[in-house]
Amino acid sequence: MNKIEQLFQQKKDILNIYLTAGFPKLADTVKIVLELEKAGVDMVEIGMPFSDPLADGPVIQHSSTEAIKNGIRLEMIFDQIREIRKHSQIPLILMGYLNQLMAYGEKAFLEEAAQCGVDGLIIPDLPVEIYQKQYKQMVEDLNLDMIFLISPQTETGRIKLLDAESRGFLYVVSSSSITGQKADLQQAQKSYFDRINRMNLRNPTLIGFGISDRKSYEAACRNASGAIIGSAFIRALEKEGLLKQHVHDFVKSIRS
Amino acid sequence: MNYSPDKYGFYGDFGGAFIPEMLYSNVELLRQNYVGIIESKSFQTAFKKLLQDYAGRPTPLYFARRLSEKYQTNIFLKREDLNHTGAHKINNTIGQILVAQRLGKKRIIAETGAGQHGVATATVAALMGLECIVYMGEVDMARQAPNVARMRMLGAEVRPAKSGSRTLKDATNEAIRDWINHPKDTYYLIGSVVGPHPYPDMVTRFQSVISREMKIQLLEKTGRDYPDKIIACVGGGSNAAGAFYHYLDRENVELIAVEAEGLGVDSGQTAATTQTGSKGIIHGSKTLLMQNEEGQITEPYSISAGLDYPGIGPLHAHLFKSRRGTFLGATDTEALQAAFELTRLEGIIPALESAHALAALKKIELHPGENVVINLSGRGDKDMETYLNHLDEYNNDKNGK
Repeated sequence: MNKIEQLFQQKKDILNIYLTAGFPKLADTVKIVLELEKAGVDMVEIGMPFSDPLADGPVIQHSSTEAIKNGIRLEMIFDQIREIRKHSQIPLILMGYLNQLMAYGEKAFLEEAAQCGVDGLIIPDLPVEIYQKQYKQMVEDLNLDMIFLISPQTETGRIKLLDAESRGFLYVVSSSSITGQKADLQQAQKSYFDRINRMNLRNPTLIGFGISDRKSYEAACRNASGAIIGSAFIRALEKEGLLKQHVHDFVKSIRS
Repeated sequence: MNYSPDKYGFYGDFGGAFIPEMLYSNVELLRQNYVGIIESKSFQTAFKKLLQDYAGRPTPLYFARRLSEKYQTNIFLKREDLNHTGAHKINNTIGQILVAQRLGKKRIIAETGAGQHGVATATVAALMGLECIVYMGEVDMARQAPNVARMRMLGAEVRPAKSGSRTLKDATNEAIRDWINHPKDTYYLIGSVVGPHPYPDMVTRFQSVISREMKIQLLEKTGRDYPDKIIACVGGGSNAAGAFYHYLDRENVELIAVEAEGLGVDSGQTAATTQTGSKGIIHGSKTLLMQNEEGQITEPYSISAGLDYPGIGPLHAHLFKSRRGTFLGATDTEALQAAFELTRLEGIIPALESAHALAALKKIELHPGENVVINLSGRGDKDMETYLNHLDEYNNDKNGK
């Protein structure tokens, strides 16, 4: 069992915060993660900035563009994670796109990720069928959790498949929207969440996309094991002032 | 050699559907239905009728006498520039709008580079009375202003893509995002043989009308239904895929694809994917693309907005890797020269994209008695501003001779 699986056994109402590595400044990654942990966040998802992030909205794309301009590279992200691991055992997820893994060499990437202390991976453009054929054995041997996404359009049979292949948790996309667009966690959403909860999935679920404030976080907690917040946090980091203060203010605004 | 994709959409090592889950149901709906729709009698009847009466097909295969004399070979131009809306793009948009209708979709989105695909999409959306939104890079909107105006007159909304290099790649990203946000009512009408399976195969099928007509026309004009060489430009590669399609298995026909070298392959300002790219994933397809060692996709450059794309369709990556296709490049300057040459010898102003194919005449071995088909994919109306900026250079050239 790795850190993500342990976390879900121990806690409810998980708060998972997304940040873009190398943003707003190249070296901020370590500081932000450690402050997030101090502020009480349960898990952190670190985005590997990509030039063409199809599954991300404009806020995260912008932060990725800035981070690339800052000079972020995969080697640096691995070093930053090593640095985090000297001080913290918070569960860490790396999020990125398959092209980045291919350029690094998939095997080398996975080994390096596991070695530096990553617990889980989210690769939104990796099809589950390709995962099964090419990567699953390697990922499981390294004790990494591969986390798959489901959306309101995902059919029951496919939800079962994605649940069967996910480890740690299943990422429930709150509405069919890209990240950063405020979701109305109401009627249609509710029946979607109820449908998932009735399925008795083997994994716990976290709701992401459009979770931006206390209200939507609490709604997510009523319908799943917790929530993932990305764009709203990135926006908070863009404000003038002390980074540390932004991190604590933001987390406080979500749950105190 | 097999040049059709397998059931997962792979041409050899290239292709597939590397898409976020939010797009899965839409792409899957299309994958399950496209062959059945396209092969149905009602579709074929409607498609052929529109190609003939609306687009103006068949397009002529024109023997270019003066150009042939200059290059000491027989050069034929497949006149896709004479299609309604001015390029081969309409072949595909007619096909896909009929597919969209049969899938019950009401809202059409598209990406465009030079604006030719955007215009062709706005045109068929107007024809069918469907809402149409076209994403176009801000840089391209400026350099292809006439096409922006045409799309707006046709009732389409043109939305600028402001990220990255603000060209075709970024417009495609925005279109895909729009599709993720509108999973139910929206049909994404892709303009080239790129994107996730089944798009490359579907678009190739719609563009294959080009080589189907070529066979008949060559038989009439030369007594053989095949040429010795076919030359076409490649950005994503839809006109080349259509011009090559019925000859893919005819190993005696040389298939020549011409990419845009921009300011030169070593200048860092280029769009020559096979020369400067490597294997990776772009817009949901595993193919060759321009990227750095970190897998960040490079911002391409070409004078031609339609070729300003950092990838190529997976079929072309396969043709390149298997050596079935010959891949060449032409710089901005070579393309401009070729455009003025065709204009002055034949009275035909080609699109800047097609001018790259024409520029290959100076780069390949040509023999008297050989038959060479150049796919003249589009007309140059949209490029007049660029051409006029270079008019003096070529007028001086002429006076100097």
